[in-house]
This record gives sequence, C-alpha cells and structure tokens, in this order.
Amino acid sequence: MSVQPTDQEAIERSVLLTHKVGLHARPSVKLTKLAKQYDAVIAIKPDDREDWTDAKSIVKVMALKAKQGVTLHFKAEGSDAESALDAMVGLVERNFDDGGD
Amino acid sequence: MAETERQILRLEGKRASGGLVVGPAHLLGDIIVRDQTPAGTSDDEISKLRSAIATASEALETLAGTSGDMGGEILGFQIALLEDDALIEPAVAEIEAGASAAKGWRDALDEQIADYDASDDDYFRARAEDLTDLRDRVLSILTGADFGDGGMPDGAVLIGRELTPSRFLAVDWHRAGGLALAGGSPSSHVAMLARARGLAMAVGLGDGISALHSGEPVVLDADAGRVISGLGQDALEQARRDVAARARQAEDAKRLLPLPATTRSGQRVITTVNVDDPASLSEVPVGHSDGIGLTRTEFLFHDRADLPDEEEQAAVYRRLLDWADGRPVTIRTLDAGGDKPIPGLTLDGEGNPFLGLRGLRLSLARSDVFEVQLRALARVSVHGNLKIMFPMVTAPWELDRARELMEAALAAVSKEGVTVGEPAIGMMVEVPAAAIEIERFDADFFSIGSNDLIQYVTASSRDSAEVSDLYDPLNPAVLRLITRIADHGLKTGKEVSVCGDMAAEATTLKALLDCGVRSVSMGYAALAQAKATIADYVTEP
Repeated sequence: MSVQPTDQEAIERSVLLTHKVGLHARPSVKLTKLAKQYDAVIAIKPDDREDWTDAKSIVKVMALKAKQGVTLHFKAEGSDAESALDAMVGLVERNFDDGGD
Repeated sequence: MAETERQILRLEGKRASGGLVVGPAHLLGDIIVRDQTPAGTSDDEISKLRSAIATASEALETLAGTSGDMGGEILGFQIALLEDDALIEPAVAEIEAGASAAKGWRDALDEQIADYDASDDDYFRARAEDLTDLRDRVLSILTGADFGDGGMPDGAVLIGRELTPSRFLAVDWHRAGGLALAGGSPSSHVAMLARARGLAMAVGLGDGISALHSGEPVVLDADAGRVISGLGQDALEQARRDVAARARQAEDAKRLLPLPATTRSGQRVITTVNVDDPASLSEVPVGHSDGIGLTRTEFLFHDRADLPDEEEQAAVYRRLLDWADGRPVTIRTLDAGGDKPIPGLTLDGEGNPFLGLRGLRLSLARSDVFEVQLRALARVSVHGNLKIMFPMVTAPWELDRARELMEAALAAVSKEGVTVGEPAIGMMVEVPAAAIEIERFDADFFSIGSNDLIQYVTASSRDSAEVSDLYDPLNPAVLRLITRIADHGLKTGKEVSVCGDMAAEATTLKALLDCGVRSVSMGYAALAQAKATIADYVTEP
C-alpha cells in the first residue's frame, strides 16, 4: 500500500481485490454508499481499465465488472480525501464485510 | 375482409407444456411500449420518467423494509441503481432528442442489459436480470401496463420475452389461455409451473413475437411449440373445433380420476399430486389422488421477499395435512439455489449454481433458516401422515445430519409441550452419486427427482435451449439408474416414487413403469391423462 500524491491535491492508493466474485452487487452498493459519505471527489480504476470512474456511481462501478485478483486504484481530491481513501481501501481489505463468503 | 388478406405468421419454438389454444394475443409489459410516441414536450416526458422512478424506488423501499437484512440488501442494490443519475442520463438524452419517456428508458436500460448479457462472467451476466426487473417495474408505471396480466382479455395467449417464476405466479391463469415466450426453456421452473397447471406453453419462439399485436387472434399449438397469427376465419374456426375435440378427449380421461390407478394387468400404481401453491388444492378433490407426493416449499412462499416464520410455516403445513385427510403428505424442505435463488439466502455469484450450495447443502449451511422449517414440521407432525423429504442429498452423512436435526426439532418441540408424531424421513434421488450407491442411504423412502437427475447424468442444463436435445429423459443411463433405485425399493420394501416431469408425460411415464416404478407424483392437471396411460399399460411379464 502506498500513498502517492499525483498532483497538487489528488491522492491515490491501491489495493488488491480479493473478494471471491469481484466487485459485484453487494460490494458495489457498499463501496458507492461509503464513497458518498465523503465530500471528496473519489475515482476508482481497476488495473485492466484505462479510465477513472466515479466511485459514487453504482451503475458505473458495476459496469467495471472488476473480478477477483485485479488491483483497484483509488484517487480522491478534496478536504477529506485522506480519510475517504482510508475508508475505501479498508472496505476492500475487509472483503466488504461480506461474511457470506 | 382485411383479416383474410393479412399475412400468416408462423413462429416456431419448442413445447414447454402441451395444449392447443385459440385466443387473443396479450403482450406482456416489456414489449408493448415499443412504438409509443411522446405525449408531451421532452421536459414533460423527463419529469414523467423521474416521477415513475421515484414511485418505483418507494415501492422497492417498502419491499426492502419487510425483507429482512440480507433480502433488503439485495433490493438495496436495485434501489441504489435507481438513485444513480448515471442510470438515467442516457434515457434523458434520448428523451431530449424526441423519444417518449417509456422509449428513452427502455432503450437506455436495454443497452445496459445487453452489456451485462455479453459479460463472460456468470455473475455479472446474471445482473442483467436485476436491470430487466427495474426496466419493467418503471415501464409498468409509465405505461400503466401491468407486470403480469393487467388488461388481459379472457382466454388470452400471453406473449413475452422471458418470464420469471414470481411474475408467472402473479398472473391469473384461470383467465389466461396460454403462454408463448421468445426465450425460455422447456425445463425452466416456469415451464414446470405451467405443466402443473395444465397450461399450454411454448418457448424459444424468437424475436418474431414482436410482430404480434395485443388483441389479434392467435393459435398457440404448444404441442408443436408453435404460434400462428394472421389466420383467416375458416382456419380459426377449424382450430377452435380442434380445441373442442381435445377438450372432449380430456373430459373422457377425467372419468378415471376418482378411481385408484391400476395397470391393465391389475397392478396398483400410487398416484399422488405435486403442490406448489396450497391455494390450488381447493380445486383438487382429495379422493382423486393417493396424497401429496411433493410439496415444493420454496414456492409456497413465492410472493414474499423473506422466509416466513415458524408459526406461518406450520399453518401452511397443517393445511396440507388437513386437506389430505390421513393420506400421506410429503413435504420437501427448502430447495433453494440452482435456478431458484432466494434473496438473502442463496449465494450470489456462484460460478455454477446447479453444482453449488443448493437444496440440503444450503439448509445445512444455514441451520438458522433450516431449524425454523424443521420446527414448523415437527409442530404439525402429529396431525396426519407427514413425510419429510430432503432435496439434493449427495453423501450419506448429509442425510444422517438432516435426520439428527429433525429429531432434535421433534424433541425440542415435544419438550415445549406439543405432541409430536414420527414422520418418515426420506430423500430426493437426483444426484448420480446417490442414485448409483443408493444402498448406502438410510432413508425411509426415496423420491426420484427426474428433472435434476437427467440434468446431472447428461451434463445438460435444464435451462439451456441449446442442449435440450441432449437433456433426454429416455437416455439409457438415466433409465438404468431409475431401474436400479426401483429394484432397491423392491428389495427393501421402501417406497420409491418419481416426482419429476417424467411422471407427467405419457411416453416417459410408460418408461418409468418399464423401469419398475409403481409410485408417481405430478401436477393435478396431468393426473387424468396419467391414469389413462397407466390403465392402458400392460405390465411386462
């Protein structure tokens, strides 16, 4: 896990997606709901994609169809960017608190 | 007359449930909005869409509120989608370019559905269903079209692309004549439900169904898996005469209903009925059957997003026992999973759900849910001839474990002061590992689930139209296993019955009798014909 400021304000972190079926419905709901709790602009990008995606949009996050084993990159910009990224990465690391798997 | 000049359209598909129907076509919600032109300005249409989405959201919120934790979470996904502007933006853009609210919404969602459909990952592909549900929920609000049978004329042939079991069950099939689907499969659960009701149903008719119009007379020849429209008066009259002739034939067979089924050589065959909806029993005279051979408890509670509590379950089971009036009532514990997901209970995203956590496997993994059902069964166990059956048993220890849990439930309920009986404990035989080594299973009775057995023996999905030729009930390997199980029953004196679709069709029923099966269970609608088939059957020397 590394914290690398990419420009003036945006910070970025990445985490390995270990959830068995990837970024599917329940994880996506949790991730976008959590993202919406922060003022920061938060973007997500799996390794296998070129473009950043709005991490607050369930439709867009699901459309990434991110599977187990890809690395997820998060980028945040705004006053609470630091804690937003902690939360995002934490959620993925805790396997989305998904006891079912 | 314009009618005779109309072009005759023949759509060829597959038989899912036999029958012949002439009636007005009635297109199900998802396709009738195709040509709608906007009624107002694009701003009007956009606010119409937004308010329809808000209404749909509210309906989902209400549903989620009564669905328990995990069920609510699944619906939460649909709600989150509806709250996301990214879902609505493409629709808004199309409406601004002149489309109606319904068309804009439909096109936008169809594009996303196609995107999920094209995924190489089963899980993501399955999400197309959530989007389809959302699409239709909002469309039905926009157009006033019902999810199910709204505005349907009597005797209508319902036409649609696909139909989920829950939507199927929402339709008043007493009024409808038949069902014709562009997609679907003869071995889907909707097809099973149709057969149980004796409802004519054809599947796999293809995109040609979009050329049909609500209200135009069509002939559904479900035996041939065909729908014909554009026929002239003479041809329609002829078809109606054929329908009447078949009805007379079926009436004839009905005379056998009150009699016990015996072969021509006088051998008794136990004929019981399958029950998926206790309400349907009000139309089944108890004297027509030898009891209930299969109760699919997963369908008893189809109209709710959560499982009912012990009290409610016990009430339903009690009703079945009261109806049977001392005859055996076989209740199968929850058989969720496979193609019967239950929100909040079955696993999301299994790569191959038919080989995954389903049936008894799921019940043993979710003992909290299982225990509620076993306690409900224990509570009614003294009120009749209750037989409890576990689905998808693969290894003997699973059956032993389930039996222990059942005995524990009986003991616990008894300790609370409720008198309990001694229900027989049986198992479904549908996994080849169980069928081949049937001697190793300590069950009081066996019931062959032919649909799953065929699927597992032929490695051909019951839901796939592409391999439906290989999904063959008469495959010698299938028949050999059934013979083996029937022999085991004969040797041990334990009952062996068949409760799958093989019991309901004349050809396969004869094959079962050839295998030595002398107990069959089927939907009531198939019982008269089955008794006629049995009465004709000469027991082989």
